[in-house]
Amino acid sequence: MSDQTTVTESPEAVPDRVSGEVLVQVRNLKMHFPITSGVLIQREVAHVRAVDGVSFDIRRGETLGLVGESGCGKTTTGRCILRLERPTAGEIYFDGVNVANLGKRELIALRQKIQVIFQDPYSSLNPRMKIGDIIGEPMHVHKIEPDRKARDERVRELLNLCGLDPRFADRYPHEMSGGQRQRVGIARALAMKAEFIICDEPVSALDVSIQAQVINLLEDLREEFHLTYLFIAHDLSVVRHLCHRVAVMYLGKIVELADCDELYDNPLHPYTQLLLSAVPIPDPEVEAKREHRIVKGEVPSPINPPSGCVFHPRCPMAVDGCSKNVPEFREVKPGHWVACTEV
Amino acid sequence: MPPLLEIDNLYTQFFTSAGTVRAVDGISYVVEEGETVAIVGESGCGKSVSALSILRLIPDPPGRIVEGSIRFMGRELLQLSDEEIRHVRGREIAMVFQEPMTSLNPVLTIGRQLTETLTHHLDMDDDAARARALELLDLVGISDPDRRLGQYPHHLSGGMRQRVMIAMALCCEPKLIIADEPTTALDVTIQAQILELMKELTRNMGVALIIITHNLGVVARYADRVNVMYAGKIIERGTALDIYHSPAHPYTLALLRSVPRMDQPRKEKLDPVEGQPPDLTTLDEGCPFRPRCRYVVDRCAEENPLLEPVSEGHLSACWEKDRLRGPLKEAS
Repeated sequence: MSDQTTVTESPEAVPDRVSGEVLVQVRNLKMHFPITSGVLIQREVAHVRAVDGVSFDIRRGETLGLVGESGCGKTTTGRCILRLERPTAGEIYFDGVNVANLGKRELIALRQKIQVIFQDPYSSLNPRMKIGDIIGEPMHVHKIEPDRKARDERVRELLNLCGLDPRFADRYPHEMSGGQRQRVGIARALAMKAEFIICDEPVSALDVSIQAQVINLLEDLREEFHLTYLFIAHDLSVVRHLCHRVAVMYLGKIVELADCDELYDNPLHPYTQLLLSAVPIPDPEVEAKREHRIVKGEVPSPINPPSGCVFHPRCPMAVDGCSKNVPEFREVKPGHWVACTEV
Repeated sequence: MPPLLEIDNLYTQFFTSAGTVRAVDGISYVVEEGETVAIVGESGCGKSVSALSILRLIPDPPGRIVEGSIRFMGRELLQLSDEEIRHVRGREIAMVFQEPMTSLNPVLTIGRQLTETLTHHLDMDDDAARARALELLDLVGISDPDRRLGQYPHHLSGGMRQRVMIAMALCCEPKLIIADEPTTALDVTIQAQILELMKELTRNMGVALIIITHNLGVVARYADRVNVMYAGKIIERGTALDIYHSPAHPYTLALLRSVPRMDQPRKEKLDPVEGQPPDLTTLDEGCPFRPRCRYVVDRCAEENPLLEPVSEGHLSACWEKDRLRGPLKEAS
């Protein structure tokens, strides 16, 4: 196992070209979930390769988008960074510390600095707790604000910051709408004065008119507190609006990573191209002119992923070699990484 | 010739302990043969309830269709007996639901669920029904249909299940399919596959389609005509082009402006619709959108505007609709 001093010497071909300071480094991360069989004597019969060799950097103050379809491993990647899962292999450095093999006590300290906003605002708030306690509890647990009065004051401040009436502190989650609950989730993440927030599909459960409110709030907070986000989402137009760089995942692997504008203007990987063309644009005239390329088939099972390039069974550009050779994740242009031999 | 479906002044309400929820509050629209009509709106605006009302699938109690008329091919659906409406459901009007996970019966095989409709409505014998089921699965693009007939819903992915739902809807060659958020639970690439399939099938078979969705992009790609709903009412109606290029209601305009678009340069900030949708138990006589509206005038609090034409086939329920025309171009 590598220790902190080897951070800069990571041998893998990964996007190391960064201008700013790197806050999070993920190197060859693998998360395989065992499938067991048997009642008394459990044995492992197979593995779900949820994340299968993922490497990326997140710079301080940056928002990195992680997009892909359901089951591609984007959420698991986020959970590994938080160490809600213990990765099978690979390293995750947060501010120079390898998260992958931290002990319990060190994890508590880590989770002050990394916070998370979950997708479903209905199930991520305890229905039996008042909003004020939901936001205040982490401050109490981590002894950031031991004084009850000061803590209540801070809760009100946070609610206000997130565009909610401070009186909401006395309410229960069921008295609030989805958008308001998501604001509570954001306030809770901010309570720890975290530097890095993992946003796991924070707006996909919300209505269109409410989505924009929450997106704007996330942007305002990013500027005000110099936050770094990992923005996990499947909505490509939202990701384009919010992110500096975007990584596209497919079946546990990153297939393309580039600056946001570069990725959307000049997608190189065939999967990214098909993904972008599948997003309908709210304008009938534009839609009529657009070429609609439909991806054939469905995402294969991560238990038994295809050999070679995992995308080759659905790829319109596949050649003979694709089923045999795993494509190298390489930098084709400064800052534009792609895992495809045919680019 | 009368239109295929004509909904006139429909009111559906739910009587709950918290008060009367006016889920559908006087809507009227028509669907012509073979056309695709979209109903767009946010959750709780009454779009699904309006669709369920057509097939009289509103749970009673607490819900009831209080007033109105639904004429389908000249027949008044609200007057039919329970037995008669059962012959309409699935036979003449079919429905595709949002959740392919929960709308298929988990303990029956795909084959059984598909053939049930055929034997019930068309009096087919088992062999004929099976042959037809195979044909349908093939039509909706399910590979290896023979094996699939013996499988259960949990064997299939979300996209596959939605294809089975579409096959079930097509079984009896209905005149109208109502699709309630057919792709909301699916990934974008699968969404594109399913929508393309539905478009192709409805076009080839001349089936009319009512598509209910909150996704403005889906509407732009697939609908001929669009009804925008807010708080139980249709607040704007027109062709897709009317709605997207010259919206005549502040809500439509606000919705269009609040979504980031991939074909346009990135904006600094999104322009959200502020506030929350109203509580449907406490609607007053004024326009329900006025607390969130940027064009609000005194009259909005006193009287709810009716749906009135702004141009040929384009209607809006707003006192200030003339002030609004074409501001999208102005802004861009």
